[in-house]
Amino acid sequence: MGNHPREQFDNPVVEWVDSRLPIFTILNKEYGVFPTPKNFNYFWNFGAIAMFMLVTMIVTGIILAMHYTANVNLAFDSVERIMRDVNGGWLLRYIHMNGASFFFIAVYIHIFRGMYYGSYKRPRELLWILGMVIFLLMMATAFIGYVLPWGQMSYWGATVITNLFSAIPYVGEHIVTLMWGGFAVDNPTLTRFFALHYLLPFVIFAVVFLHIWALHVTGSNNPLGIDVKGPQDTIPFNPYYTMKDFFGLIVFVMIYCMFIFYMPDALGHSDNYIPANPLSTPAHIVPEWYFLPFYAMLRAITFNMNVYMLAGLALLAVVLVEFVWRHKPKYLNAPIGFLIFAAGGALALFGFLADMNQDWEIPMSAAEVAPVPAKLGGVLTMFGSIAMLFIMPWLDTHPIRSARFRPLYKATFLLLFVLFVALGYIGSQPADANVAGIPLSVFGLALTGYYFGFFLVILPLLSRFEKGRKLPLSIHEAVLAKKQQFQGVSA
Amino acid sequence: MSAGANIQNGQHDDGETRRGFMQMLAGAFGAVGLGAFLVPAVNSLNPAKDTLALSTVEVDLSDVPVGGSKTVMWQGKPIFIRHRTAEEITEAEDVDVQTLTDKQTDESRVEKPEWLVVVGVCTHLGCIPQGQKTTDNHGEFGGWFCSCHGSQYDTSGRIRKGPAPKNLAVPPYKFVNDTTIKIG
Repeated sequence: MGNHPREQFDNPVVEWVDSRLPIFTILNKEYGVFPTPKNFNYFWNFGAIAMFMLVTMIVTGIILAMHYTANVNLAFDSVERIMRDVNGGWLLRYIHMNGASFFFIAVYIHIFRGMYYGSYKRPRELLWILGMVIFLLMMATAFIGYVLPWGQMSYWGATVITNLFSAIPYVGEHIVTLMWGGFAVDNPTLTRFFALHYLLPFVIFAVVFLHIWALHVTGSNNPLGIDVKGPQDTIPFNPYYTMKDFFGLIVFVMIYCMFIFYMPDALGHSDNYIPANPLSTPAHIVPEWYFLPFYAMLRAITFNMNVYMLAGLALLAVVLVEFVWRHKPKYLNAPIGFLIFAAGGALALFGFLADMNQDWEIPMSAAEVAPVPAKLGGVLTMFGSIAMLFIMPWLDTHPIRSARFRPLYKATFLLLFVLFVALGYIGSQPADANVAGIPLSVFGLALTGYYFGFFLVILPLLSRFEKGRKLPLSIHEAVLAKKQQFQGVSA
Repeated sequence: MSAGANIQNGQHDDGETRRGFMQMLAGAFGAVGLGAFLVPAVNSLNPAKDTLALSTVEVDLSDVPVGGSKTVMWQGKPIFIRHRTAEEITEAEDVDVQTLTDKQTDESRVEKPEWLVVVGVCTHLGCIPQGQKTTDNHGEFGGWFCSCHGSQYDTSGRIRKGPAPKNLAVPPYKFVNDTTIKIG
């Protein structure tokens, strides 16, 4: 930075600054003339929209922090004071509260875009991983922020989520006490959560900077998923995409404002307007909507994984690695592989049934010798579901990026999207809910199975066997062909 | 490299240099220093002295009738105290311990059979089970029912059904006299 030959600016003040700190040169290079594929669709707006939401959250959050008091006796009332007495406090809080939801909406669409058009693939793996780090940090920040108003959902959400960590063997209980700073969620918990809620957005900001930096090294992906081959494939970022981003942002903010002004509590839970009461758990605890699919996966594991089940799963993993992940089996041949597959499946099923029927007299099938009890299993599943996203670039090694040219990937991925939404619905229902006599957790388990199957089995298989459609030679050619097609129709 | 340069750099025959040693030493001191800071820094997040000071509470039981319950706070958590009826005691004692998820006899969980004292926090994910009021849902086993994820506890506070892995914890307590206990 700074040692390259620099073009002079006409404005003497700009030139004075730029010759000492070439900030205008960098801005012009990265956001002015930056060559960008000319075939973006509106899915490419959501990075800029997410950035806008981050800034909105930080600005409103800093002002809210000036009025908020992080103390268990005062927190709830200080939030009510913001709502009733602070000038425009209700507006700031509603912007911030709904802002969390809309930040997640933008980021979910952004991630969906990346998965559909293969933006996570080589050479953008690190860019994708930085994005996932941002996603994790956002989840932590949102969860911690939800605790601050100290309502019933704040308190019990904090209790349930922090208790997840008690599932870690041996040190779990100590970790939970360390997080609480006491023996239950209490004032020390609230004050440290407030400190972290103020800190983490700035950490997110720093990782966003790295994310954009990495993006500007590789350049953007595009709906065709093919590389930029020359200047005829690109247009300068400004004014073309600054305008397109602006337009998309305005539409997005209009919907956002609809919620802020007309239905500010639609995405929240009314129980959070009841002050926290450590003696009474609300009948139905649900996390905020953006956590629901992951919450459903957490609750889907209602069984203990005993030694039989784990041994069976280990055998299945051997088959997975040898016959699905490797292009050519290295250690096993097909008949032996099939035997191991059958044995592993039978053993896992037997272990599952033994756990369902605790009165069976089988050595080491009981819950207390289960190396992975249900609680730990649920936690591992939930975190594992996010780990899948992190390693996605290495599970899907298909040379074609865009789902437009991969019909099988497109179908299986869109099914994953539908089932992910269905998991969200399951997560929103009470634990003992059922459909036609079948507990919802059974559906939750089946959908969780597809989620993991998509990443661990379908993606590697498609990478090897999906043929894919013929790719256009260049972005320019594809754009021209589309244009000619339209002119042909209108003529 | 000439022999003179080697001597000046303190290079020995095994290829180690004085500079390399100094770098390792500095690195080691840095690591120890960082560790010496990290331990108190992280430990400051553990329960403070005033939090620990709230760790005992005395409870008067004389106003709890047979079959009645009382809830008190201890270390920020509710403590369920139940004055058990004769049937409840027999029920708790007659269970075949081998069939339980968390194998504990009723005897090992009480000081006096008529008084059950447990931490009223579900061992699954920390919700407060229902069952302290007579009108509450007591679950299938006459004890407590956690509505968060459906765990059911018996009249000894033991997990009988649902996702919770352990029995309701028994806090350390002792009888100061016949009608008073000290928890903690």
